[in-house]
Amino acid sequence: MSTADQVMTIIAKQLKRDPSSVTLDLDLQEAGFESLDVIETVFEIEDQWDIDINFNANTASMEQFRTVADVVRLVDEAIAAKGAV
Amino acid sequence: MRDARSGIGPLDCVRSEYITTRIAAQALDFDADLHLGAKRAALLDRVSQLAVVAAREAVAQSGLSSDGPALRSAAAIVGVGVGGLVTLDNAFYRMYGERNRRAHPLTIPKLMCNAAASHVSMDLGTHGITYVIASACASGTHAIGAAAQLVRSGAVTVALTGGAEACVTPGTLLGWEALRVLARDTCRPFSSDRSGLVLGEGAGMLVLEDWEHAVARGAPILGEVLGFGASADAGDLTSPDVNGAAAAMRLALDDAGLAADRVGYINAHGTGTLLNDQVESAAIQAVFGSGTLPPVSSSKGVLGHALGAAGALEAVVTIMALKEQVVPPTANCDNPDHTLGIDMIPGDARAVQFDTALSNSFAFGGLNAVIALGCA
Repeated sequence: MSTADQVMTIIAKQLKRDPSSVTLDLDLQEAGFESLDVIETVFEIEDQWDIDINFNANTASMEQFRTVADVVRLVDEAIAAKGAV
Repeated sequence: MRDARSGIGPLDCVRSEYITTRIAAQALDFDADLHLGAKRAALLDRVSQLAVVAAREAVAQSGLSSDGPALRSAAAIVGVGVGGLVTLDNAFYRMYGERNRRAHPLTIPKLMCNAAASHVSMDLGTHGITYVIASACASGTHAIGAAAQLVRSGAVTVALTGGAEACVTPGTLLGWEALRVLARDTCRPFSSDRSGLVLGEGAGMLVLEDWEHAVARGAPILGEVLGFGASADAGDLTSPDVNGAAAAMRLALDDAGLAADRVGYINAHGTGTLLNDQVESAAIQAVFGSGTLPPVSSSKGVLGHALGAAGALEAVVTIMALKEQVVPPTANCDNPDHTLGIDMIPGDARAVQFDTALSNSFAFGGLNAVIALGCA
């Protein structure tokens, strides 16, 4: 399963909806994501890949979490950063 | 507080290898054995130790007779955010970490969240209505408000009230880290370089007393609780709400019979998170109008965020500000965020003439509590 597929599965689970209805261009806020959904999703992702996502609720980094594709990009970056260490 | 000297420093915590946080605002020189004796101190979780010692200090300052009827029939209403976290953390570590199947027999009596109020009543010999109020970060303010209502109603003549918390444990810090709201360097409320909140601990206790009773016995009156307002957002679990915060401030003013322009200072909830800064500033502007805003400062750059104790500690700060006619600055506000549209007192303390102030507390769970305080 690709990173994108795994991320979409996690987000579908968080949104309690069918994974097939989650697409890369899905706007998370429009789909019903609230602040705690973001934090829970970051937690799931970090757990699954054993990575650190650079996310702090005090910065305006909600923008980093606008679409599913944004989340996939963050995961890819974190995996790359982990490999570089 | 007046000099903005921060109590935030290097973390001193057992099993700190489990967490990445390295700062907290701790009462490191608090010696429970010294105050309570080692045998008695061992019966109390740290949160109760702190509450009892603060209550003793408040009663001593009030001049109430230790064997008189006023104290004997007093209420004890204490705000506690969580409860005996030190006991809980140690008990779970012993069980899951050390695989020890035996729990200390005092585990439950020490960790139960009403223990702080019970120990205050036991230590001071008060027999009136006694319980803990738990509303997370607003517990201390809710407790003072509820106690003030008891006194005002005539149900009691005296109430010991305030808040306590001892939450600097690895398990608690790990949970807060997961919320991604803890600061990297220090707590910087209303500053554009803020990075979040810093956990603190402590206790603040007050003696509330029927005005006439206090005057008749020549009590040293520090200030007056003028009003109390509380509301629930009935919305998001963790994000504050402008309307809910504003409603609590308006209710406190209404309860006190005060016009908004009488307020000379607001002690903010001011956690140092971006969201609180924005929401609290907007709520203050909604209540006071942008033209006549009173100065606002947060005490959390000095005290950290002591959760259930925070509102009580900040009530003490606000009463002393009224008494000294000085509004304290917001510590660590090195780069004031002027987009917030409030006067957050970023520099030095200011000598001002004022007779009324608000103290705000807004909790997780969408629970808001505000008290209006006045000069004696």
